[in-house]
Amino acid sequence: MATTSFTKKTLGVETVEPGLTPPTATNNTTFAKKPKLPTSKSKRREIPEGLWTKCPKCSSMVFDKELDENLKVCSHCQHHFPIGCRERIHSLVETCTFEEMDAEMTSVDVLNFTGVASYTSKLESYTKSTGLKDAVITGIGKIGEHRVGLGVMDFGFLGGSMGSVVGEKLSRLIEKATEKELPLIIISTSGGARMYEGMFSLMQMAKTCAALAYHAKARLPYISVLTHPTTAGVMASYASVGDLIIAEPGAMVGFAGPRVIKDTTQAELPPGFQTAEFLLDHGLIDAIVPRKEMKPRLLEYLSYLTPGKKQAAVAAA
Amino acid sequence: MQIRLFGCTNHTLPASSKIAKFKPMRHQLDFEKPIVELQNKLEELKKHPETHSLGLSLEEEVGLIEKKLEETRRQIFSNLSAWDRIKIARHPKRPFTLDYIGSAFTGFSELHGDRLFAEDRAVVGGFACLGPHKVMVLGTQKGRDTKENIRRNFGSAHPEGYRKALRLMKLAEKFQLPIITFIDTAGAYPGVGAEERHIAEAIAVNLREMMMFEMPVIATVIGEGGSGGALGIGVADKVLILENAYYSVISPEGCAAILWKDRSAAPKAAEALKITARHLLELGLVDEVVPEPLGGAHTAPDVMAVTLRDSLLRHLNQLLQMSAADRLKQRYAKFRAFGHFAEKQPVPVEKVES
Repeated sequence: MATTSFTKKTLGVETVEPGLTPPTATNNTTFAKKPKLPTSKSKRREIPEGLWTKCPKCSSMVFDKELDENLKVCSHCQHHFPIGCRERIHSLVETCTFEEMDAEMTSVDVLNFTGVASYTSKLESYTKSTGLKDAVITGIGKIGEHRVGLGVMDFGFLGGSMGSVVGEKLSRLIEKATEKELPLIIISTSGGARMYEGMFSLMQMAKTCAALAYHAKARLPYISVLTHPTTAGVMASYASVGDLIIAEPGAMVGFAGPRVIKDTTQAELPPGFQTAEFLLDHGLIDAIVPRKEMKPRLLEYLSYLTPGKKQAAVAAA
Repeated sequence: MQIRLFGCTNHTLPASSKIAKFKPMRHQLDFEKPIVELQNKLEELKKHPETHSLGLSLEEEVGLIEKKLEETRRQIFSNLSAWDRIKIARHPKRPFTLDYIGSAFTGFSELHGDRLFAEDRAVVGGFACLGPHKVMVLGTQKGRDTKENIRRNFGSAHPEGYRKALRLMKLAEKFQLPIITFIDTAGAYPGVGAEERHIAEAIAVNLREMMMFEMPVIATVIGEGGSGGALGIGVADKVLILENAYYSVISPEGCAAILWKDRSAAPKAAEALKITARHLLELGLVDEVVPEPLGGAHTAPDVMAVTLRDSLLRHLNQLLQMSAADRLKQRYAKFRAFGHFAEKQPVPVEKVES
């Protein structure tokens, strides 16, 4: 959770006016809105809000604009900051090729959940702060020559939690990919299933995996990309059944939260526990891919996974 | 207080009756207190008729109390809160998977191991007969006492448990045996080893594979249905739940800790999450609620076993009449339909554009 407050800050800057954000990824207002840095001021002087960001890993101050241009990766230590789903899509797909699906789908408070705060008010505040309708954006776009079904989650929206909307949008995406014989890429980041929708959230795990079962049966490739953090219900469903599973460096990935494990087992957790590197060392993922290499790497994988005839069919479509 | 009426307090009870007196008190749930009090009264009355020197009509008294007891019981068990039901679902005397396999099935032959790493005793399974049908039966298994609980890890499976379940289900699929699963777990085990051996993947693969089995699959939540650990053997053509069982995305305590910042708010969370059998049926998330004897399955395990067997047989016979293709289609449609969301109708302008 340490990074969450940070996430909110950067996300807030990106999406000052959610109403103005078009539902496509080709959105550059993000960069235009950044205030310019007065050149005369030195770093040691008072730092204006929203210009510099302190890297939580190496503690160096990184200029926000530089951070944005570097896909939210610290240029000093390569720490991967959280990145919004629209920026992520923008960094992967060819310009103007992304057709978003189900952009208007929103969550409903099916259980009339009455906790400390109501679900409806939570949804409203997150919609306002992120400019998103829910925790995932799905659509079909081109990565290089490959038309792919692409689902990208956003941790900024209620911790990237999976409720009916996330499950339904992903299931429709997967079904569409199966129907159109397209490869599938899902970039996950999630705290797990969304409590506010109770068992409906849990059932999204089965629902998405069901859709993936038929996608796999059609011998279509599915690449699952794990980003910081991917845990619980999402990890125990679609994120873990990719033909290839890759992760960003340093991403926290696991089933149970570290605190829960510590409390249950009363044992010390091994160093680096539940990081992408830990998973790689234990043989649980295929590769760790830095964000800046993500697109070329996906292209490389796709070239192996969509050989010959299928590729021709995809290109023709 | 009222016990004095029957004059027992003045007498030293024989040792045996002391035990008898305290027996029903053990594993008593708080909301059952009025019932237990009445039961105690009744027992004392029946055991010590000689203590009543006042010439009261004993039979009349016994009849009255019995009537009152029945009434109280019915009243209490028809007004249980979600939290009360969770207490019944977690009752230490509640029948577990192996109890039902022993009572509702015949000829159980247990099969062990995931052929990869270990034998996880939190999941049991093997061949058995359900009525005339040869089936594969498996489920999560809790322990009855501390020793067994340690062996069975309190019913919380490691990755090996889910992989054993998958191995047995694949075996069943290959040799055309219907699959019956029982769910009774607080959740998959959150431990270092579980993470190192990728419990998330073990569950996820089960979700995907169970969708594609051509044989009928019936899952029944018999006690606790704890989140992904329950769903990991819960993708089925028919999902049944016992009347006092629960099935939830998160434990009420976990939900309370996150949303109320206080684990003791669990009863509130249990209510809000709508996790009781009846709620789940209303929401269309389960196919049938299997009624329990009044007071819970543990009060009359034999009756429960018969009810459960009849229900399983009825569903299995129905499913066997369908073609494999129809079953698969129906199973997919069933899970595909779960979820509630709002979709704005596209505005007319967009329609024109497209």
